Amino acid sequence: MNLGFALGHMMAQASDTASWWKPIQASTHATAVDNLFNFIMYLCFFFFVLIVGAMVYFVVKYRRKGNGPERTSPIKGNHRLEIVWSVIPTILLVIIFAWGFKDWLAIAVVPNNAMEVRVTGQKWNWTFTYPKEGIVSSDLVVPAGQPVKLVMTSSDVLHSFYIPDYRVKRDVVPGRYTVLWFEPSEPGVHQIYCTEYCGTSHSQMLSKVKVLDSAKYEEWIANGGEEGGASAVPLADKGQKLYEARGCVACHSNDGSQKVGPTWKGLYAAQRKFADGTSTTADENYLRQSILVPGSQVVAGYANVMPSYQGQLNDKQIESIIEYIKTLK
Amino acid sequence: MTQPSSSHASSAGHHHPKYLAHHFESMAQQNASGKLGMWLFLGQEVLFFSGLFLAYVLARIIYPETFLAAHELLDWKLGALNTIFLLTSSLTMALAVRGAQVNSKPQMFYNILATLLLGGAFMVVKYIEYSHKFHDGLLPGHFFDATKAMHNGQLANIPGAPAIFFAIYFVMTGTHGLHVLIGMGLMLWLLVRIKRGDFNSENHVYLENVGLYWHIVDLIWIFLFPLLYLVR
Amino acid sequence: MESNRNNAPQSAHAATAGGAEPNYINAHKGIWSWMTTVDHKRLGLMYLVGVLSFFAVGGIFALLVRTQLLGPIFKGASGKQEWLFSGDTYNKLFTLHGAVMVFLVIIPSIPASLGNFFLPLMLGAKDVAFPKLNLMSFYVYILGGAFLLFSIATGAIDTGWTFYTPYSTTTSASVISAVTGVFILGFSSILTGVNFIVTIHKMRAPGLTWTRLPLFVWAQYATSLIQVLATPVLAITLMLLAIEKTMGVGIFDPKLGGDPVLFQHFFWFYSHPAVYIMILPAFGVISEIITVNSRKQIFGYKAIAMSSVAIAVIGFLVWGHHMFTSGQSELASAVFSFLTFAVAVPTAIKVFSWVATMYGGSIRLNSAMWYGLAFLFLFTIGGLTGLFLGTLSVDIHLHDTYFVVAHFHYVMMGGTMTAFVGALHHWWPKMTGRMLNEFWGKISCFFVFTGFNLTFFSQFLLGTKGMPRRYATYLPEFQTWHQLSTLGSYLLGLGFFITLCYMIQSLISGAKAPRNPWGARSLEWETDSPPIEHNFHVQPVVKHGPYEFPEIDHSMSTGGGH
Repeated sequence: MNLGFALGHMMAQASDTASWWKPIQASTHATAVDNLFNFIMYLCFFFFVLIVGAMVYFVVKYRRKGNGPERTSPIKGNHRLEIVWSVIPTILLVIIFAWGFKDWLAIAVVPNNAMEVRVTGQKWNWTFTYPKEGIVSSDLVVPAGQPVKLVMTSSDVLHSFYIPDYRVKRDVVPGRYTVLWFEPSEPGVHQIYCTEYCGTSHSQMLSKVKVLDSAKYEEWIANGGEEGGASAVPLADKGQKLYEARGCVACHSNDGSQKVGPTWKGLYAAQRKFADGTSTTADENYLRQSILVPGSQVVAGYANVMPSYQGQLNDKQIESIIEYIKTLK
Repeated sequence: MTQPSSSHASSAGHHHPKYLAHHFESMAQQNASGKLGMWLFLGQEVLFFSGLFLAYVLARIIYPETFLAAHELLDWKLGALNTIFLLTSSLTMALAVRGAQVNSKPQMFYNILATLLLGGAFMVVKYIEYSHKFHDGLLPGHFFDATKAMHNGQLANIPGAPAIFFAIYFVMTGTHGLHVLIGMGLMLWLLVRIKRGDFNSENHVYLENVGLYWHIVDLIWIFLFPLLYLVR
Repeated sequence: MESNRNNAPQSAHAATAGGAEPNYINAHKGIWSWMTTVDHKRLGLMYLVGVLSFFAVGGIFALLVRTQLLGPIFKGASGKQEWLFSGDTYNKLFTLHGAVMVFLVIIPSIPASLGNFFLPLMLGAKDVAFPKLNLMSFYVYILGGAFLLFSIATGAIDTGWTFYTPYSTTTSASVISAVTGVFILGFSSILTGVNFIVTIHKMRAPGLTWTRLPLFVWAQYATSLIQVLATPVLAITLMLLAIEKTMGVGIFDPKLGGDPVLFQHFFWFYSHPAVYIMILPAFGVISEIITVNSRKQIFGYKAIAMSSVAIAVIGFLVWGHHMFTSGQSELASAVFSFLTFAVAVPTAIKVFSWVATMYGGSIRLNSAMWYGLAFLFLFTIGGLTGLFLGTLSVDIHLHDTYFVVAHFHYVMMGGTMTAFVGALHHWWPKMTGRMLNEFWGKISCFFVFTGFNLTFFSQFLLGTKGMPRRYATYLPEFQTWHQLSTLGSYLLGLGFFITLCYMIQSLISGAKAPRNPWGARSLEWETDSPPIEHNFHVQPVVKHGPYEFPEIDHSMSTGGGH
């Protein structure tokens, strides 16, 4: 990696998306936040050039030339100047504060017509529940142009829900509900991150917001949370998608390599030895039990760290995952 | 030029008191430094305990009914007895400092001894209280045992989070008790030094500092007692 | 003292009569004389060795973290591109980097090492007020460091240096030894603070009034106040955390009825003022370096001295700006944001005053001054980018991204560490009696400066783009900037390695240092290099301010003002 390549890469990106260093503006908040960001940035440029420029100028102009002592100015201060450079920054800072406060109120106050989605953070995935429709999803699917209110909680440690393209972020705290809202401008797909450190696979705790136009969204709801023609997809393929999307992949490998939990490769129909000395064959019932009540049968050599997926996966989804495990031989 | 110390140069011809450390110029400077240092340390102590008081206040705001019910399981009579012990010990401590100012070795010695014994009495009462709590399973966190928590011969029923109340009780009184023990250790050392004749009206900043420390330990108890034993 | 206007007579004096006088290093011999010393200069030197050793340890952790973030560049057994470390290993690495750098390096760096060495010298005192307490706080520091190292040896911690609950109460047991270590280090910090405040109040030489104190002393004073008042709150917080973890108390754990956000309030009540414990001494250093090398009075002495104290006081009231997204009340966030901007004003005053000090001077560009100028450049960026994070709406976007990482590295590393290394160059001749190599000093400064900007400016861009911090892996779109940043960190490491080399060279074969190589006016330069055991041959009496250099031409116009 050299600088020239990096700059070239940067320029290339800059030309097609104009976002090589800023995320795109995909919500109503984004524009407001960016405007203030730019204002502060120009102000910073100005003061940086002023301070460092003066510094460089003085260093060049007043550099000691010879070895002998040179006469220097007896200035100890200047009240007028000191007042000026205290008062002007103060005024600018108050302006920035007030502007930020105004925009922030808009981010904090949820509009009345917002649709509600429940969000649960747990190590290391997100679950989105649509309370009215009874849909449980691993991606946040929302209609464009509609305010969305997220009511969020965590089932273990602190997480934080962050969508850079929307400029929104809120901590997800166990034992209490936090709220976040946004209004996506148009259909598209945006990245969701966890930004509060939460352990081993913190950096894999990713998900997507899928913004659909209202017709497609209605279709999605009608299909029970499946995108177009759900029945056409084989169960095992759906299982593989869930494996990746719901965070199974963070702890269970599908190729036999070692992770936090046992690998799924060759799991089906294998003999399982448990920490308490008992053993059983890994059939459908065992797999289902392990997903819903993981602590009931802990495989020897592994820690009891897996959270329960009770209420997070429906029966059909569990079935898909089991079918997927069967294909991993 | 081989003389390493500059004190000879600066204070030549001056009287050099026995207890003046080499880096100070005068006893007044040494005493004032000692006292200022102690006050700063006590400021630090107050902030240390203020963190605990803050935890107490927040827990009490969240679980007012727990605090009301759980304080019944503390024996306010023993608490009051301990308050009397500590208040009296503050008086004897002050008398000991007075003894130093009037150069009375017996007044110093017996008052410090009395303070030490009163502190010991406080710890004995504390021990009795703690052993009751241990016996009744009134312990912090997951050591709390609701099946043993007795009150007036009946099984106590404490709403909310009794484990948090007893955690706060033990952390606050335990930290305070540790301070009492440290104070008693300091007093043993004071007794040795008084016997040796180290203190007089000119040099007793150590005695005074231990006194200041003891008063702050006393003061913290004055806050702890009503907050834990006399909840309304 | 008044007769010491120029250096030549002193050097001659040092070369002839002073040559026979034992200095603080060779006055007593043997390892035992060092282990039991109560001499503030020896203790300062011992702290310096400790701090620099831990700096190397923390730096190696940092380079490992940056190497991981090159991306999936290694071919694994399965033939796929793989990352260097697993998530767990990476989490331990960044936690240890943070914990070691904050608690063992930056907090004690300037106060405990240079403060201990120079504070009594600058005051014209023979020692700090409580020399035995000073020795004790050194051993407390070592004990705390040992606990932290022990926790590394027994599996290490993966909580981040912030120990946020409930993660920290549910993860590995090493957390207990680590927080015990930090708890103990806190007491070292408190005791040093008490010692310095009393020393400044009670041990000043005759004639050394408050307005004649070098600004380094003022900065140490403000720092010590925070150390004494904020550290106990951290101590009690960590004690509660340890009790919670061992006994399952539940003050912070929501499963047991506690409040996890409460821990954040407790933690930041200490840790935000701790930021000022880290940066205020650097301000003091820069005030010394810029005046001495500009041969001028500092611009606005009182404004700079008072702004240190103002920052210390307001610094206690801004902790909530770490928690804008945490779920604290909206009103609280608004108040904390406003107070945060209030801290920016005294900081801005300082920067303007330092630049104005150079106006009309006769600037000597030695390597200490190079570091001083690098500080001004980097700290200006660090300070200005704080405005983005203090602003409520913009912080929602930037919180817990690489923007924050870049911001505090510009302040802590670009600010404090640059000033610390600059201070080492400035005072090295006094401490060791040897001169440093000026040429290599400038080369290393160049590498540090370039490497630093490459490392951390990239991170501003990463953060703005939405790259979250504490990520062991990342999406491909971030890779270019991450690789640039890693490249910069190697340059930075190289710069510090060069510094280490010529410092060792100086100890072995450096030129003998005169008493006052930079022609400074503060008292530490009035004694031999290195100083004699009891600091001064004769009790100094002060008759002038700390920056009244002989070059100042009082016949020149002052251009208004005073």
